[in-house]
Amino acid sequence: MRKRRILCLVIIACSIIMMLSGCNTQNGGKQEKLKVGFIYIGTAGDAGYTQAHDKGRLYAQEKLGDKVELIYQENVSDTDDSCVPVIHSMIEQGCKVIFTNSYGYMDYTYDMAQEYPDVTFLHCSGSKSSDNMLNYFGRIYQARYLAGIVAGMKTETNKIGYVGAHPIPEVIRGINAFTLGVRSVNPDAVVEVVWTSTWYDPALEKSAAVSLLDKDCDVIAQHQDTTGPQTAAAERGKWCIGYNFDTRDVTPDSYMTAPIWNWGPYYADQIQKVLDGTWKSENYWGGMEDDIVQLAPLTKNAPEGAQAKVDEMKEKIISGEFKIFEGPIKDQNGEIRVPAGTVMTDEELLGFSWFVEGVNGVIPEN
Amino acid sequence: MQIIKRVGASKKQIIIIRLIAIMVALVASGIFIVMLGYNPITVYSNMISGALGSKIRLRATLLEMIPLTITSLGILVAFKMKFANIGGEGQILMGAFGATYVALFMDWLPEFLVIPVMFLVGFLVGGIWAVIPAIFKARFDANETIMTLMLNYIAIQWITYLQYGPWRDPELKGFAKIANFPQYALLPRVFGIHIGLIIAPVLVVFIAWFLRRTKRGFEITVVGESLSTARYAGMDISRIIITTMLLSGGLCGITGVIQAAGVNKTLTMNVSSGYGFTAIITTYLSGLNATKVLFVSFLFGVLLQGGSYIQSALQIPQSAADVLQGMLLLCALGSEFFVQYKVRFSKKNSVSSEVK
Repeated sequence: MRKRRILCLVIIACSIIMMLSGCNTQNGGKQEKLKVGFIYIGTAGDAGYTQAHDKGRLYAQEKLGDKVELIYQENVSDTDDSCVPVIHSMIEQGCKVIFTNSYGYMDYTYDMAQEYPDVTFLHCSGSKSSDNMLNYFGRIYQARYLAGIVAGMKTETNKIGYVGAHPIPEVIRGINAFTLGVRSVNPDAVVEVVWTSTWYDPALEKSAAVSLLDKDCDVIAQHQDTTGPQTAAAERGKWCIGYNFDTRDVTPDSYMTAPIWNWGPYYADQIQKVLDGTWKSENYWGGMEDDIVQLAPLTKNAPEGAQAKVDEMKEKIISGEFKIFEGPIKDQNGEIRVPAGTVMTDEELLGFSWFVEGVNGVIPEN
Repeated sequence: MQIIKRVGASKKQIIIIRLIAIMVALVASGIFIVMLGYNPITVYSNMISGALGSKIRLRATLLEMIPLTITSLGILVAFKMKFANIGGEGQILMGAFGATYVALFMDWLPEFLVIPVMFLVGFLVGGIWAVIPAIFKARFDANETIMTLMLNYIAIQWITYLQYGPWRDPELKGFAKIANFPQYALLPRVFGIHIGLIIAPVLVVFIAWFLRRTKRGFEITVVGESLSTARYAGMDISRIIITTMLLSGGLCGITGVIQAAGVNKTLTMNVSSGYGFTAIITTYLSGLNATKVLFVSFLFGVLLQGGSYIQSALQIPQSAADVLQGMLLLCALGSEFFVQYKVRFSKKNSVSSEVK
């Protein structure tokens, strides 16, 4: 019996210590650091979209050092309001700046921005903004055009597979730019598109790529957050183009390049502006000229001469000499949608709802 | 080594076993936390303060408790009858599906009727989803474990189909999401939480009363304890199985209604969020006692919310937080075994210590 009594005492002592230490961290933890919260759609180590953001977060943390504390929460769904309690919790923990990194967070982020006027919100890939909320994104389609050049030169079957996530303007725009890149070097090639309706589902995305390989595609490109499509291509001994993050190590004998994000400098800059008190709600859509989007260095799998062609076009894109969505551009039915001499406006690009000639796929109507 | 059934374990013994289990859980997961490179005491205290430390956190904890409580009641009714309903997940989703239909497509209803009708339809649709295996069980003695489990997958795929297909919100330019509920279809709020906060305890009282004080409730227990007794007493076993499962699935359906109209504000897969499975554990831990369900569900709410909190507060990866929750749970469930059985290592010693 005595032993048990001692045990009880030990347990009680332990719980008291725990409670006290809990109080300590709460009261003593008040620092003057600027706390910033990042909300991620995927896992921070997904070798894709979320990892690209997390790399940016780590870059900003290193750049700004002791002045800031950048925290994150991963795997937060964006098809409902799962992000709302996370935002509440982060703000309660002292976050003054919140980054939400997926399209579906948009309305909830906007509502939270109204509820917390003192907190700064930055939402990635959406279209809503207010005094304390901006939206930001990059012109990744520029890098996709360059990736299209590589794919167009590589393909032998003249069929390139493209695993798309959701049929929203962002993805459609990317497919179109990629296809224009492909056809600029190989007018006979077509781009076969399938939709997965997910951002993050490695198995499903892989099987979608398999269905494209079964259709005789020999290069697989993708707009997903994982390396699923890439591994499918590698297993069949075909070629692939990644997205988001340089994943050459995953499939070294298949990977050619990838359009990738470089969020770090932008994140560091925005957070610095909040620190300085000069932050303004200015929407941002930068491109290769800002180095926020890049084409990952080509690997040995890329076709000969591709590097030179890519470099040439990259220069022209950066200098503004070449505009990707400049007419004449035909749609899938061969009708001219953008007449010669006109360039699509940003507004048109943000609402892209049709495929250019050379895409073999359907945008689901609703 | 021998395993023997513990007869008449005293309250004190049970409490001691539980406390030891908690200690084992804390130590075992403490080792895991140290391996991850964190201080266990910081992690534990953050879990507790993350679940209870402020109004917002307590609210989040209660928001986890509500669906767990109501689903557990549904599971409990079935378990009382020894009907292994592991289809709570599907019943929740189907209840939410029914409510969503009312909220989005029955706009001819007068606004004040929308929420009551949502609850009614949610209860019925969730209930029907449980009655299907009940009929097969009653008529053909089909295995209800497999049937309820498989019906989960059908419900999941059905919701996915609606989300990506006919119910997709056309205003979102191709993004696959069902439209948000209109304002009048959202649950009213009390203390910053939806009225599930009141519904859950009311249902607890109702089910406790129903099982203990009514003839119908008593029938459920009899069928569960002994089919032949029930038959001998002239009970209509098929009817009891089917109506009980209507209640069981209906309660899960109500969880679906509350989650869709109170939390998610739309229909998605996250409406169920695994509550249908977690409720099996809470029901089991409550010892099939309706009032204890509320208490156990609250503790679970603390565990879930605390686990979510430490992710952002201490930057612990989600998967590690899940492992931590799993370890704590395993110990809690393991202690249940030692409450019911005891392990005897060598005969002589144990006899003397047992007598005491």
